[in-house]
Amino acid sequence: MTTTTDAVEMTTAAAMNAALDEALGADPKVLLLGEDIADPSGGVFKVTKGLSTKYGPDRVRDTPIAEQAILGAAIGAALGGYRPVAEVMFFDFMTVAMDQLVNHAAKFRYLSGGQHPVPITVRTVVGNSRFGAQHSQSLEAWFMHTPGIKVAFPSTPSDAKGLLASCVFDDDPCLFVEHVALHYSQKEIVPEGDHRVPLGQAAVRRAGDDVTVISYGAQMPGVLAAADTLAGEGISAEVIDLRCLVPLDFPTVLASVARTRRAVVVHG
Amino acid sequence: MDETPPTTPPPGVLERMYEVMRTVTVADERARAEAKAGRMPAAFYPVRGLEGVCAALGAVLTPEDHLVSTYRNLADTVAKGVPLRAIIAELHGRLSGTSKGKAGTMHMHHDPSGLMATTGIVGSGLPIAAGLALAAKLDAGPDGRGRAVAVTFGDGATSIGAYHEAMNLAALWRLPLVFLCQNNGWAEHTPLAAYAPGTDLAARAGAYNMTALCVDGFDPIETWRVLSAAAERARAGEGPTFVECRTYRLVGHTSSADYSYMPKAELEAALARDPAPTFRSWLATSGHLTEARLDEIDKAVDAAVDDAFEFAQAAPKPEPGDIYDDVFADRAWVEGR
Repeated sequence: MTTTTDAVEMTTAAAMNAALDEALGADPKVLLLGEDIADPSGGVFKVTKGLSTKYGPDRVRDTPIAEQAILGAAIGAALGGYRPVAEVMFFDFMTVAMDQLVNHAAKFRYLSGGQHPVPITVRTVVGNSRFGAQHSQSLEAWFMHTPGIKVAFPSTPSDAKGLLASCVFDDDPCLFVEHVALHYSQKEIVPEGDHRVPLGQAAVRRAGDDVTVISYGAQMPGVLAAADTLAGEGISAEVIDLRCLVPLDFPTVLASVARTRRAVVVHG
Repeated sequence: MDETPPTTPPPGVLERMYEVMRTVTVADERARAEAKAGRMPAAFYPVRGLEGVCAALGAVLTPEDHLVSTYRNLADTVAKGVPLRAIIAELHGRLSGTSKGKAGTMHMHHDPSGLMATTGIVGSGLPIAAGLALAAKLDAGPDGRGRAVAVTFGDGATSIGAYHEAMNLAALWRLPLVFLCQNNGWAEHTPLAAYAPGTDLAARAGAYNMTALCVDGFDPIETWRVLSAAAERARAGEGPTFVECRTYRLVGHTSSADYSYMPKAELEAALARDPAPTFRSWLATSGHLTEARLDEIDKAVDAAVDDAFEFAQAAPKPEPGDIYDDVFADRAWVEGR
């Protein structure tokens, strides 16, 4: 599914910016909505920097601080034929817009008997402890228990680009979770062009025989470092990065655990 | 309605408005009876009192215009042109319903009629309607003209946060949206004056810097006139309008709720203005429609309502396995879990 024309080194933030840039360029129905996402701010984490200048304020829209309106407007625009990407600045703020996402976006395909799918993507960010307890919660499990929403949580710049593009062009509502610790902490070669990582496909980051370590998102750098330490002690750990929590790649996880007979889940 | 107003809907529209009002009145009564008798296993939210408001809205909107409604939606859906058989079958949870029987009374969707959503959560339709209006605005032609979007909600919705967020956004972005407040005087069991510091909802809406009007919802012609202007403003790209239609809920909150808490004199005064029969008398006395034609319409409407209920109760139910359909685009993945 990955089509690559060239590759450059990028941070996760730059990779997501590239995914949004390419989506806006490829499909006039793609829209961005959120607080402070337009220039000169370009988003509080600068993920949308330059996009309103390039595509105009109609398609990259600053909104009031009103998460119900942001998600409701995204849902409505999707019903009207668009592919909106809404930004909720911190994951914690989803609590004030749960109704729109859980009762409406997740259920409209079902409640309409298939007439009204809601192809929205909601980008949101898990903060870290410097923001305190209302700006640092990892709430993705709530949405795993909400039928109708897909949940992606990348750990690398390439996956961030590829998963975000897949979410934008997916026909179901997608929650795309970023972690502030990953925005600028690592750089890697990211494929240029229309790079997609299929939703529901885990990545085996390191092969091993003694134990399977299953994780995702911001825990991945620590997990890989721990696997190095274990190797020094003669323990061979297989590390799986789930990348997507709904759909969850059970076949990859089960095949690995069937072989190693041991599973450790590392949850952030 | 003592004299013919200067701008009256054309005869065909008047006839359609009466047909809608009569259909809603008869179907509402029948739905309550079927629910009570246990033949319709659904919580049904009566719309009696809203017939004129909804008939006017239906006459104003085209099939291309989008509508978002609420759980109290029988009048909105009939007026928007959703086929009656499909509506009644959905109330019964049958496969022939608007949503294949999986949505029930509170969640009608009908794309061909432009009914884009109805919600069981008070006020939550407004932000969604704002998004539909954003799509309409982005789709508008170079002259700014495009389709209109309307959202209906009760007076009870004016207290909740989603309402205020949507009003602010619509005014800020000058969205082509008609906010239609079906003020029936009651937020479930609490009267307007007990939950709002001021009962002039249009005055409060005006504070959002949008055109806000109040109309007698028991006067379908005046309501039609105000809504026509509001929809035209939307189509012309001139921004949102808030229209408060003052009516009264002529029955309880749900099909099974008691309504002894509603002041008797108030209810009786409202019942004296029961929309469909009042409009019928006016159509006859003003010479717009003959008694003979009105009798024909009544007969046809009653037969259509009977037919819809018979059709619904004979229609197949969804199969248990259908529960996996339409959760995600890909059914195979849901089933495989």
